[in-house]
Amino acid sequence: MIPAAFEYYRPASMEGVIALLEEHGDEARVIAGGHSLIPMMKLRMAEVAHLIDLQDIASLSGITIDSDGIRLGAMTTQHDIIGSAALTAAAPIIKEAALQIADPQVRYMGTVGGNVANGDPGNDMPGLMQCLDAQFHLLGPDGERVVAARDFYEAAYMTDREDEEVLVEITFAAPTGGYAYEKQKRKIGDYATAAAAVQMSKVDGKVATASIAMTNLSDTPIWSEETAEALIGTTCDDAAIKSAIAAMLGDIDPTEDNRGPIAFKCHAAGIVLGRAIKRAWSRA
Amino acid sequence: MSNKMHVKLNVNGEDHEFLAEPRELLIYALREKLNITGPHVGCETTHCGACTVTMNGKSVKSCTVFVAQANGAEVTTIEGLGQPDALHVLQENFKEHHGLQCGFCTPGMITRAAKLLEENPNPTEEEVRFGISGNICRCTGYQNIVKSILSAASELNSAKEAAQ
Ligand SMILES: Cc1cc2nc3c(=O)[nH]c(=O)nc-3n(C[C@H](O)[C@H](O)[C@H](O)COP(=O)(O)OP(=O)(O)OC[C@H]3O[C@@H](n4cnc5c(N)ncnc54)[C@H](O)[C@@H]3O)c2cc1C
Ligand code: FES
Ligand code: FES
Repeated sequence: MIPAAFEYYRPASMEGVIALLEEHGDEARVIAGGHSLIPMMKLRMAEVAHLIDLQDIASLSGITIDSDGIRLGAMTTQHDIIGSAALTAAAPIIKEAALQIADPQVRYMGTVGGNVANGDPGNDMPGLMQCLDAQFHLLGPDGERVVAARDFYEAAYMTDREDEEVLVEITFAAPTGGYAYEKQKRKIGDYATAAAAVQMSKVDGKVATASIAMTNLSDTPIWSEETAEALIGTTCDDAAIKSAIAAMLGDIDPTEDNRGPIAFKCHAAGIVLGRAIKRAWSRA
Repeated sequence: MSNKMHVKLNVNGEDHEFLAEPRELLIYALREKLNITGPHVGCETTHCGACTVTMNGKSVKSCTVFVAQANGAEVTTIEGLGQPDALHVLQENFKEHHGLQCGFCTPGMITRAAKLLEENPNPTEEEVRFGISGNICRCTGYQNIVKSILSAASELNSAKEAAQ
């Protein structure tokens, strides 16, 4: 379990990070918490000749909540998220999801930026951020650009981010209504067999808005508009939930692996989505 | 490529300086360079928690930290919590309540539990189980580990009350 050798850098500014990325191109990678990257490097599934540690860049951390919405610095850890009472008050779904990621030690190190930039379909935060309609802020040699979480994922480990860009922050409007993050996993510390992120609001006893994203059921997270549409305007009764599940099953594309065959994954996806909708509605 | 770098670590209150390749894992720097063998290597894949140490106030699995990332850090291992002639309250309670059998997981378990009690001095049984869910024990079935941690918590709390 010894990774290939690399040059290590710990720049103190974003200019330093970008300059190194420009100099070394696809031979360089940033490291945040390292809890996706180091396991891959140990297995030699990732070889990185130039490793750029982001830990000294103070501007990348911090949670800000104001009238403009919510901002999470890329280096905010899952532990920071769980400990932030203000964030939990403004967007409780994030803590509910973070508590279901990995285990305590991993959550002290794992960052939200690393989780969403990684591009692993097993990561929980990409689907969550699609559910919240979050915006990813990418800084590169030509300045900053913003990409919606819903447009960011192309395939497993392939995202819209260019090699010399760094994800610096994530922003989104504070969600309203009820929420739920429901995840089926084999044990604590496991990635999802299936997971669902649901936000929905209620007006006059009917579903007014809904946003639903599924995790680890395709090579990208799946934000499913059809699933939400199946609920909007209904009283969220059993028939509506059933048609939402049917719509979701039409949008996912799971593959067989050590978490089970396709039929089982579809079954698990239906169960977690049904539970998530019911819990979100009960909180709406 | 395999240039060694100067690494400074403060481990259990003592400063150390040594040369290491950046890719060296913190657990091996501790065990093999500094001869601090309390933290164990169980799985080496971030699952078992036997290698748990406290780094800059966080419980971390030291098999998943490059020594380069740890450069400049403060690290506490089981050796920094207690000594054979002056056991930590958690160690006393693990002994008292049979919180270990083979003992392989114990240094990581106690180091993690110490951090847990620092953050949450009065945990419920469920919070203890969730808080140590990154540490695997193949022997005990966890029951006595949980008992030991809860008992250490109440001992620490009564000591705090008595001091006030
Ligand atoms: C045992 C175990 C269980 C886990 N279980 C789960 C789980 O259930 N759910 C889950 O979601 N995750 C899980 N994880 C992954 C964990 O949450 C990771 O920490 C997280 O996916 C990546 O965050 P990181 O900060 O560690 O990123 P790193 O490992 O440092 O980086 C990951 C990738 O993203 C890139 N990157 C990092 N930060 C940036 C940035 N700011 N801009 C651009 N690129 C960047 C890196 O170059 C790298 O390619 C688990 C990990 C372990 C070890
Ligand atoms: S040896 Fe580090 S988690 Fe098992
Ligand atoms: S006591 Fe043997 S592994 Fe825990």
